[in-house]
Amino acid sequence: MSPIALLAQLGRAVLTALAALGRLSLFAADTLSHMLRPPFYPREFFASLLNIGWLSLPVVGLTAIFTGGALALQIYSGGARFNAEAVVPQIVAIGIVRELGPVLVGLMIAARVTSSIAAEIATMKVTEQIDALVTLSTHPMKYLVAPRVAAALITVPLLVAVGDIIGIAGGYTVATQNLGFNAAAYIKNTVDFLELKDVVSSLVKGCAFGGIAATMGCYYGIQSGRGAQGVGAATKSSVEAAAILILAANFVLTGIFFSL
Amino acid sequence: MIRMQNVQKAFGDNRVLRGLDLHIPKATSMVIIGGSGTGKSVALKTVLGLITPDSGTILVDGKPADKGDRDAFLAKFGMLFQGGALFDSLPVWQNVAFRLLRGTLKRPVEEAREIAIEKLRRVGLKSEVADRFPAELSGGMQKRVGLARAIAAEPEIIFFDEPTTGLDPIMSGVINDLIREIVVEMGATAMTITHDMSSVRAIADNVAMLHDGVIQWTGPVADMDASGDPYLDQFIHGRAEGPIEAVR
Ligand SMILES: Nc1ncnc2c1ncn2[C@@H]1O[C@H](COP(=O)(O)OP(=O)(O)OP(=O)(O)O)[C@@H](O)[C@H]1O
Ligand SMILES: [Mg+2]
Repeated sequence: MSPIALLAQLGRAVLTALAALGRLSLFAADTLSHMLRPPFYPREFFASLLNIGWLSLPVVGLTAIFTGGALALQIYSGGARFNAEAVVPQIVAIGIVRELGPVLVGLMIAARVTSSIAAEIATMKVTEQIDALVTLSTHPMKYLVAPRVAAALITVPLLVAVGDIIGIAGGYTVATQNLGFNAAAYIKNTVDFLELKDVVSSLVKGCAFGGIAATMGCYYGIQSGRGAQGVGAATKSSVEAAAILILAANFVLTGIFFSL
Repeated sequence: MIRMQNVQKAFGDNRVLRGLDLHIPKATSMVIIGGSGTGKSVALKTVLGLITPDSGTILVDGKPADKGDRDAFLAKFGMLFQGGALFDSLPVWQNVAFRLLRGTLKRPVEEAREIAIEKLRRVGLKSEVADRFPAELSGGMQKRVGLARAIAAEPEIIFFDEPTTGLDPIMSGVINDLIREIVVEMGATAMTITHDMSSVRAIADNVAMLHDGVIQWTGPVADMDASGDPYLDQFIHGRAEGPIEAVR
């Protein structure tokens, strides 16, 4: 392949990606504008709160507790190489609150919520339910998209907070039961070490990831092609896009919070 | 009431509507017939703006359908979709009363429910059905719930996409009578797609036949049998031989 052709292909790929990002941004802006203007649909909003927030708690809790436990073991055995076993509480706290808590919750939400939103909305599209909504004077962006995204923006930071606490509890349990740490000292070390900024960054990330997860589900659901295949493709693309955007946003947010 | 002029719509290189002209006077019942896949459903959807035509004009009450206040425009319409398109997350009565539970036509819940049950009765469904979910109903029952939803808010203009397909002959008769009643008594304007020739005769004031993306023939239902149009004759008598090819 000639260098020019290669360059052209690269350019095309970049342009396609930029165009996709542009469409996504427009969709997100549209969602925001619908979220702020009446009519509002409280029933749909509360149903989404329940589905995205409450029903995700088990998954988030289990993910966090195992990760916190494994993290404590790793830091202990890694720290032992240079006699730094004592930093387990501090590193677990930082690792969970700054990075693992928000990222893992974000990814679990992408798996659980993005996929279900995309599949549900895509099925509605395929079975003409979205057209039916329009003929019943109900705007799909307001009725389907806005409540889900708003619910995610509110509940995912809370889920992250819960995940942070349970993750630290996982580390605490392993450290005090298996590694011989003193319980009171472990808690004191954790609380003293964490700064407000760590916690704020965790919640801001949760908010951003929640917004991304719900928006991707809605976007790909509404764009869905026809038939069962269309629903499958929409679900797959939505989870892929949500996961990648969450990780990319995490990198950017970490940069903004901690490298300046 | 509704006037479509030279409406064209293609999906890729599939030219579905190729210059459709159709006029439906106020408070009359127009029935559209035509082979499967000729674009009847697409034609209905272009009027509602669910599909944007490539060219041509559509006037409703003399005003362009794609301009002006969209909410006010849509509030005039009721539509029964070919596949029912019921919201499967809502029980039947909330499907029927969807419009009455939110937005500008909002009413108290009990009243909305009463209206829903009354509309269900008119399409031959018992009140027990009201609290079931669409997935628990048979195809024909779903169709009738869709019909009840289309008429629930008593719209001025109602589109029925194959209202009697999948119904038994008695139920078809009930639905045909209902559509006729809505036009005659409530003064609604109706546009119905059907393949059922007995429905055509029961419902229609006027008939239009869609073929090859244009209206092949249109006129009062009484003139249908003596039209002399070979396409129409083949269609209404269901003959395999004729100008319309069986493989399309
Ligand atoms: N959204 C769409 N995208 C692509 N093609 C479409 C779309 N909707 C309809 N078509 C095509 O348009 C043509 C007409 O479809 P339409 O649903 O209007 O047929 P119909 O006359 O209602 O047929 P039937 O009597 O079987 O319901 C078909 O060839 C169909 O494949
Ligand atoms: Mg059709």
